[in-house]
Amino acid sequence: MTNPATTATPPTPPPTSVVDERMARVSLLTKLLRRPELGALLAAAAIGLFFAVTTDEFGTLDGAANWTDVASTLGIPAVAVALLMIGGEFDLSAGVMTGTAGLFMGILATEVGMDMWPAILLTLVAAAAVGFINGYMVVRTKLPSFIVTLATFFVLQGVNLGVTKSITGTVRVDGLADVNGYDSAFNLLGGSFSSYDYRVSVLWWVGITILATWVLARTRAGNWIFGVGGDAVAARNIGVPVSRVKIALFMTTAVCAALAGIMVALRLASVQASQGVGDEFNYIIAAVVGGCLLTGGFGSAVGAALGALIIGMAFIGIQFSGWNTDWRYLFLGVILLIAVLVNNFVRRSAEGARK
Amino acid sequence: MRRVLQIVLAALLVLGMAAFTAGCGDDDDGGDGGGQEDVSLTQGRDLTIAVITHGQGDTFWAVAKKGAEQAGKDMGVTVKYSESDNDPQKQAQLIDSAVTEKVNGIATSVPSADALRDSLKKAVDAGIPVVTLNSGQADSAELGAFAHVGQDEEVAGEAAGKRLAEGGSQKLICVVHEQGNIGLEQRCAGAKKGFGGEVENLQVKGITDISTTLTEIQSKLESDDSIDAVLSLNPDIAVAARDAVRGAGSEAKVATFDLSGDVVKAVKDGEIEFAVDQQQYLQGYLPVVFLTLYNTNNNTVGGGLPVLTGPGFVDKTNAAQVEKLAEEGTR
Repeated sequence: MTNPATTATPPTPPPTSVVDERMARVSLLTKLLRRPELGALLAAAAIGLFFAVTTDEFGTLDGAANWTDVASTLGIPAVAVALLMIGGEFDLSAGVMTGTAGLFMGILATEVGMDMWPAILLTLVAAAAVGFINGYMVVRTKLPSFIVTLATFFVLQGVNLGVTKSITGTVRVDGLADVNGYDSAFNLLGGSFSSYDYRVSVLWWVGITILATWVLARTRAGNWIFGVGGDAVAARNIGVPVSRVKIALFMTTAVCAALAGIMVALRLASVQASQGVGDEFNYIIAAVVGGCLLTGGFGSAVGAALGALIIGMAFIGIQFSGWNTDWRYLFLGVILLIAVLVNNFVRRSAEGARK
Repeated sequence: MRRVLQIVLAALLVLGMAAFTAGCGDDDDGGDGGGQEDVSLTQGRDLTIAVITHGQGDTFWAVAKKGAEQAGKDMGVTVKYSESDNDPQKQAQLIDSAVTEKVNGIATSVPSADALRDSLKKAVDAGIPVVTLNSGQADSAELGAFAHVGQDEEVAGEAAGKRLAEGGSQKLICVVHEQGNIGLEQRCAGAKKGFGGEVENLQVKGITDISTTLTEIQSKLESDDSIDAVLSLNPDIAVAARDAVRGAGSEAKVATFDLSGDVVKAVKDGEIEFAVDQQQYLQGYLPVVFLTLYNTNNNTVGGGLPVLTGPGFVDKTNAAQVEKLAEEGTR
């Protein structure tokens, strides 16, 4: 490259003529194209458009109430799981955590006789404790978080069934509607609003996504998360408290999963012991569809929210279309595969063109 | 270029699947298409009935689905059948979707009344008639349904327990394969009442993992050889129980609720003592008929009492007659 000090400057330097390509000015469009959530946005738009066109109800406000409902209870833990994946770890116990939280709150409220709100607060504290245990074990043993949280998953699954059965004698906790404080808790967490019956959990989901995005983009903690996920050793070397960040991320995931579980329990006024088992993969899928790398260090909370939206739209869209529901999971799989491929394609081509 | 090709291929794949299964969907919708194929005089009625159950893609619900779809063809209405994989929240969301679609009738199973109360209230408020099937007999009227089609589980359980006791058994295990279904709990409670001897409930993994269930039953039998009767609550579990008894070298008698082709064959061969049949084909068929009649002629059926589809007993004396139907998946 020529040294600008020794050559005469050309009459009108073109905008992209620079010393070093890393200093190249990039157009706004390219900047947008490189965002991790763009692929998810395009996929969500495509799927939404497809179902809106092929069915009568999908594109209506009434129909939107249905698919945002499914997306929101998936989306709240998915955003937290995305943060965790950006930090480089997995949490396979997030799904069953929703069941544990619901059952814990239900048992406190119906068997121990607590009021609803103290039960909810105690449940969130207990969930944070489980998250702390997850994080502490991962950080101390340096085992892959996949394994550690898989063990937690089995423990919680067994506890869910065993404790419920030994305390209530059945596999379900019922009668939450009769508990003191249920109505206010229901209105805030489990109910719906507007004449179209949009669920309150949708507002929580949007709020949590905004909060997570702000943390990732504008706070020091967000930088730390990206650093820990990208290269934990380098992050530690420049002074990032890696262990504390990871433990905090696990606690956030557990608390968000617990919140989702509490919302479901309040909505249904009952909790089944098998609640949430299997959902952990939906959270990871939502995060990956939204642009998170399985290796960590890259991704976004908005992307995970869009991923959850895609899953919700696909589930309800298939329902409205009247397709033979025996094939439901096949469709879901194909739709998700397309979403990930679109995401991949957009990201590769955007990154390929540096100018 | 390769990437573009990948995207195009994936898109074609999904469009192909959509077209293929849209075709499949039409077959299952019944309605006008079915009427013309059968050259029947049933006029295609412009009605859509949503049938929503808590099934997990198992043999039992496949029979009920066949019943619902056949009823759709016979009555000339569109039937939309969906299952919630035993997830109450999903079932509530499916009922909400049906209300959004403004269907003309909802037939649903009620494994958990609390979970579905809100969604069914929405359906009733929207003017959509509701019929409950299979489970939730006690809550059916309170939830707003005008009829319930099913089997009284406690009565059936008592009959099964009594029959096993009459066969000379002293200790019974009741194999519970689902979590959170009050109907199954009622069966075991009824069996305990009717049996008189010692009854223990055994919770197993379930239909989604038959091999683990088999191992669980076998281990139980091997660890306690005073067990001389096994009562299962599902045909797939019954087959696993029979294999487990064989594998454990136990002398225990196996009896079950609900039929399948394999179960009927085993009853014929004497491997399973008897099966309590709740005729789930009717649980899919009749609600569609009732809802159609409600729409066309404002009829309600049952007079406030449930329409009972069982218990019927299939044992060695009548297994041969039922066998062919069970293999076709309609019994």
